[in-house]
Amino acid sequence: MVKLTLPEAELMDGGHVACQGCGAALAMRLFLKGTGPDTALVIPACCWAVIAGPMPTTCLRVPTVFSAFEATAAVASGLKAGLRRTGAPKTIVAGFAGDGGTADIGIQALSGAAERNEDMIYVCYDNEAYMNTGVQRSGATPPGTWTTTTPRGLEKSTPKKDMPGIMVAHKVPYVATLNPSFPEDFVAKVKKAASLPGLRYLHVLADCPTGWKHDPALMVEVGRLATMSHFFPLYEVENGRYRMTWEPGQPAPVAKYLKGQGRYSQLTDADIVKVQSDVDARWAALKKLTTPA
Amino acid sequence: MTRHLLSGNQAVGEAVRLARAQVVAAYPITPQTTIVEHLAEAVGKGDLLADFITVESEHSAMAASVGASIAGARAFTATSSQGLALMHEMLHWASGQRTPVVMANVNRALAPPWNIWVDHSDSMAQRDTGWIQVYAETNQEVLDTILQVYRLAEDKRVMVPAMVMLDAFSLSHTYMPVDVPESDVIDRYLPPYSPPQKVLPETTQLFGSFSPPELCYMELRHDLEVAMHQARILLPQVEEEYTQLTGHPSFGAVDEYRTDDAEVVLMAMGSLAATARDAVDALRREGKKVGLARMRLFRPFPADAVRSLGERFHRIAVLDRAVSYGSGGPLAGEVRAALLGIADPPVLAAYIAGLGGREVTQEQIRSIFERLLSGNGLPSEEWVGLKVEG
Ligand SMILES: Cc1ncc(C[n+]2csc(CCOP(=O)(O)OP(=O)(O)O)c2C)c(N)n1
Ligand SMILES: [Mg+2]
Repeated sequence: MVKLTLPEAELMDGGHVACQGCGAALAMRLFLKGTGPDTALVIPACCWAVIAGPMPTTCLRVPTVFSAFEATAAVASGLKAGLRRTGAPKTIVAGFAGDGGTADIGIQALSGAAERNEDMIYVCYDNEAYMNTGVQRSGATPPGTWTTTTPRGLEKSTPKKDMPGIMVAHKVPYVATLNPSFPEDFVAKVKKAASLPGLRYLHVLADCPTGWKHDPALMVEVGRLATMSHFFPLYEVENGRYRMTWEPGQPAPVAKYLKGQGRYSQLTDADIVKVQSDVDARWAALKKLTTPA
Repeated sequence: MTRHLLSGNQAVGEAVRLARAQVVAAYPITPQTTIVEHLAEAVGKGDLLADFITVESEHSAMAASVGASIAGARAFTATSSQGLALMHEMLHWASGQRTPVVMANVNRALAPPWNIWVDHSDSMAQRDTGWIQVYAETNQEVLDTILQVYRLAEDKRVMVPAMVMLDAFSLSHTYMPVDVPESDVIDRYLPPYSPPQKVLPETTQLFGSFSPPELCYMELRHDLEVAMHQARILLPQVEEEYTQLTGHPSFGAVDEYRTDDAEVVLMAMGSLAATARDAVDALRREGKKVGLARMRLFRPFPADAVRSLGERFHRIAVLDRAVSYGSGGPLAGEVRAALLGIADPPVLAAYIAGLGGREVTQEQIRSIFERLLSGNGLPSEEWVGLKVEG
């Protein structure tokens, strides 16, 4: 039997209004386990603007500031400065935004905060589309994915925007990829992030059964396959040094990951071969970065 | 109190230093830039104990100011024109979150074509964002008003953000003698910010969240409207207290000049009022009974004071330095609405002047007064100084 090492205290209660099998909900629960109670959240427009529940209810046991879609990192910068000036300098300020709020509309504010190395944790929970508005493509949508704005005939052909790479290029102290299907790796990275100063960027793969079109009961499994197939590798970059944090011995074929999700049902066998070769190439490039010379 | 020769932008900087702002987040834009520079220097020298956030845009300047204010810190920012336009969405967040952020806006024209000169269209376009708006005529008033609106905005009955307007170049870059109060005097006037609610670590708190139709959205909007009316009621008190401590004059929502026995009045805002003041003096020397009503407060709109003008004068001219396209001058529109329903309403002559910094001369204002006195050919919308292609 394996003994779980996750902190038992819960800072997110039941009674939230997320869809069944929401990876973003699990991501928040695990994230707060990692940061602990002295955390203040900034949440922009995204599913999480709704998940906590309507005013005045909330499932979160930490102060939560809601703000505009594109403003997370700027509001968090101000909040941190304000707390520093009003006697709460230790409080962890954390932005918690979707992939649209991070890779698209919010990238300017995030880039500014990263360049200033603001003292915050910025979490991007990446469900690879605008889910709150009903599944439209974002810059983080992988090529070939079905969304309502990439239907048959209008498929997305461009690659997924490499947010962790963009953040590494800002030379922030800590960048990591996280997957709630790997909770111990997840919480360990949050704890490490919480122990460091400056801007720490956590990129979380967050399954959305509603938009990814699969049985919500399979959320954890689909998430595991994402990493087992090298589609979403788990690594961290501390002060520019890459390290793989979890590697599958024998990777699963990407087809297994893709075929479990309705959003990929428009892919042909040839498309899947192409996805596999892209994944292999990305993995090889990452291996180079994570293998000490 | 010491007297200094200060530009309008320096007067802003001095006011912010005296207000002991704790977080400053700002982005440069002509002609506001020297405010940002002045404050960076003050923070660098230790004259202002604040976090200075060198944001990457005005949008983030306002977002960071809101975040700082929610943390319980006194926040300040400054902008102009395009920068204010870029902030638009966040202006609603500032008022909706009830954060008493104070901002200086240097009134400048909006592009295209690029134009860095004075025009009120930038702030007029933000009149529905839930911000208190005060327009200054002199650099002394710029300094005094910033301190006054901190008091007003942070009053627990108000809790609404406030912007103070100063005209591009004619105030921002023009040097005038300014009496700078001592900091102990201002410390008595403006104690440290203590909000009714702020982020308290390790508690369950919501700032913003969401509210469907049947919950509290509409009630929160009503609270904001009530708070705005409170601000209008409290402004004279806030000014009076300032006057008692500093000896600087109070102007109220509408600053009337030589209106006592006037037959006609002209309404204007910002530095145009100074030109109008000179025109009034010149006409008075010729025995013509003219007066000036300078609109200082635009939001909340001082409808009572405007109605009082309407009850006392039969002919009023309104000078707008802005256009609401398809509807004429915004001040004229609001004055017209305020005058509706009074017995024997005055005739209103509406003028649009000085857009994009076009010079407005004393002669032009004189001629507006003279037509007003004659009562002939009073326009419902006339553009002053427009070059007509011949
Ligand atoms: C300025 C602005 N543009 C558009 C929207 C509408 N909007 C709200 S959430 C959203 C998509 C959010 O996508 P993402 O950040 O990926 O989060 P998710 O909904 O997937 O959790 C959009 C387009 C908005 N609120 N504000
Ligand atoms: Mg998304």
